[in-house]
Amino acid sequence: MGQIEMGRFFRYLIEGMLTLLAVFFFTTIILLASGAPPFAAYYHIFKGSLGSWSKLAHVIKVWIPLTLCASGLLYTFRIGLWNIGVEGQIMLGAVFTTAVLRLGAAESMPMLFLGLSFIAGIAGGAIWAIISGYLKTKGGVHEIFAGLGLNFVGQGIILWLIFGPWRRPGVASMSGTELFSQKLWISFIPVLRFSPVGLALALTALVSTALILRYTHMGLNLKAVGNNQDAAYLLGLKPDRYMITAMIFAGGFAGLAGSVQVTGVYHRLLPAISSNYGYLALLVVMLANYNVWITPAVAFFFACLNVGSIQLPMMLKIDSSLSGVIQGSLVLATLAVFSWRTHKKRFQEQLRHV
Amino acid sequence: MYELDLTILFAGVVAGAAPIVLAALGETITEKAGIINLSLDGTILLSAMAAFVVAFETDNILLGFVVAAGVGAMVAAIVAFFSIYLNQSQVAVGFVLTLMTRDMAYFLGNSYSRIQGPQVTPLPLGFLKNIPLVGPVFFNQNIPVYFSLVMILFCWWYMYRTPLGLQLRSVGEHPRASYARGINPKKLQMFYAICGGLLVGLAGATFSLSVKPGWGRPQGAEGTGWIALAIVIFGGWHPLKAAMGAYLFAFLQVMGIYCQQWVPSVPAQVFQVAPFPLMIFTLLVMSLAQKESVLSWAEDKAGMKSILAFFSGTIPTSLGKPYRPD
Repeated sequence: MGQIEMGRFFRYLIEGMLTLLAVFFFTTIILLASGAPPFAAYYHIFKGSLGSWSKLAHVIKVWIPLTLCASGLLYTFRIGLWNIGVEGQIMLGAVFTTAVLRLGAAESMPMLFLGLSFIAGIAGGAIWAIISGYLKTKGGVHEIFAGLGLNFVGQGIILWLIFGPWRRPGVASMSGTELFSQKLWISFIPVLRFSPVGLALALTALVSTALILRYTHMGLNLKAVGNNQDAAYLLGLKPDRYMITAMIFAGGFAGLAGSVQVTGVYHRLLPAISSNYGYLALLVVMLANYNVWITPAVAFFFACLNVGSIQLPMMLKIDSSLSGVIQGSLVLATLAVFSWRTHKKRFQEQLRHV
Repeated sequence: MYELDLTILFAGVVAGAAPIVLAALGETITEKAGIINLSLDGTILLSAMAAFVVAFETDNILLGFVVAAGVGAMVAAIVAFFSIYLNQSQVAVGFVLTLMTRDMAYFLGNSYSRIQGPQVTPLPLGFLKNIPLVGPVFFNQNIPVYFSLVMILFCWWYMYRTPLGLQLRSVGEHPRASYARGINPKKLQMFYAICGGLLVGLAGATFSLSVKPGWGRPQGAEGTGWIALAIVIFGGWHPLKAAMGAYLFAFLQVMGIYCQQWVPSVPAQVFQVAPFPLMIFTLLVMSLAQKESVLSWAEDKAGMKSILAFFSGTIPTSLGKPYRPD
């Protein structure tokens, strides 16, 4: 038995290495095509993300919302829903958070209102998720189109708020609403400028997700509905209800990510508040093969790529979107390798039947 | 001060809608054959970048269009291949490619940002442009716009009036049945996904060489792919209705600019959100229209009935579920 385990482990290892190698070749070709020195680019990404403590702190600042969203997405993927609306759920979380912090009394009781703003953020994200959940279960609208549509509506709401009711005194601009007073920032470590509160929230989200999915009835039922809706229904589970539950978790965590971005990173509402972290989190979970414990590692790697590539325009005069190319090709290559493996297995089974 | 000249307004709508029409038609073809290509938004940007760079370097606009079509076809081929032959989720692959091709476009096009490049010159059509009202709107344009107009009719004719079109629709509805009739669904789906990709690529080239000439980050074509996806649904997977949807959207966009002059506090981007609630609403009505209770409720309400009839497009039955032989 042990030997088989070892054999499988080595096969995964080799497949993983091959995937990385393929991606490495692909990005190197892309880099050469754009006329940039490939190794210098890789070096700057590495140095820009892990080169110093402050860089690492920046990576963690990106890791927090990614992990929060990815944790939420684990629920929806488990039940077989493609919650592409996670991006809009971050935005609505951020909007609700900002709404609470803008209340007149907020500055006199900062701790209370910060706490309330986090709850509001969770509620905001959850409401947006529930809408696409009900559109799916009651209205028969596929969650991808509902979610996508709501993402753009969310973006519209933010723009309208920034240029309308919440515009800065004087001139309204894409740079967002007025900065909150320092009392309403969640506490952070001064030198590194990153907040342990956000980190604690992300870790809690991750661990609780792992426990809920692994050890509770709900986790099992989500999986049952995801694997076979009709069978689950015959067992007495209500698929619709579990879908809504999964969406609430996903939206709640995404909304919380929005709260952290507002209170801990930007201290205001701005159009790009979600920074595409929702979409990126979808890639993270896919690359982690929907595994709870691989997710934070992949999220960390993606955060490194994102932060490290910020250096590229300055150092090498190339665009920072290189990180997106690497991330996308990684997921694609993994999907290809994965399907090749299952393909081979199916082929072997067919041979055995002959 | 803001005199609304209707001919200029509508000519602007027809010109501005050209890439959206092309992308929506391409996606309609793809989805009718049962493949959903979610990568539109990135594909349009990547092909727009490729078209601009090639046209700039070779000073040959036609070559730019050809390369852009090739790029679109290639991305579509990847989505179709992963789904048909590797058994992967079309949505997943399409989504990854959306993000990846967009980033690739920004990355590779970086050194061509904000420079003056070649663009398509207008080509008024001799005597046709002198027809009052219709002439200046439809026949005082450039070749990509004429092409988009011709493609609308061609797609409709091909899909609904030719035996090949019947085959195309059959593999999207019931691939197993078409297999029994001696059609190879896999090959056909692959073929039409690539055909759709060609049109999407041309849509990108139309952006960077005509509608929003040039390249940059942002280019201005961002979000169009998602809008085209929404319009395909809004059009009930029918090429003529999809084209109508594209014109309606382009009209809303132009009106958004006028609206902004009347309500200056609301940015134009807010009006651009309009197609998305419309898409959700369409899908909702479409799925409700298939429910017995809703139909009987609408029975004696004349207005409701016609609304339901308008939205009665049905989703290709096998959309997103590629054919698997037993």
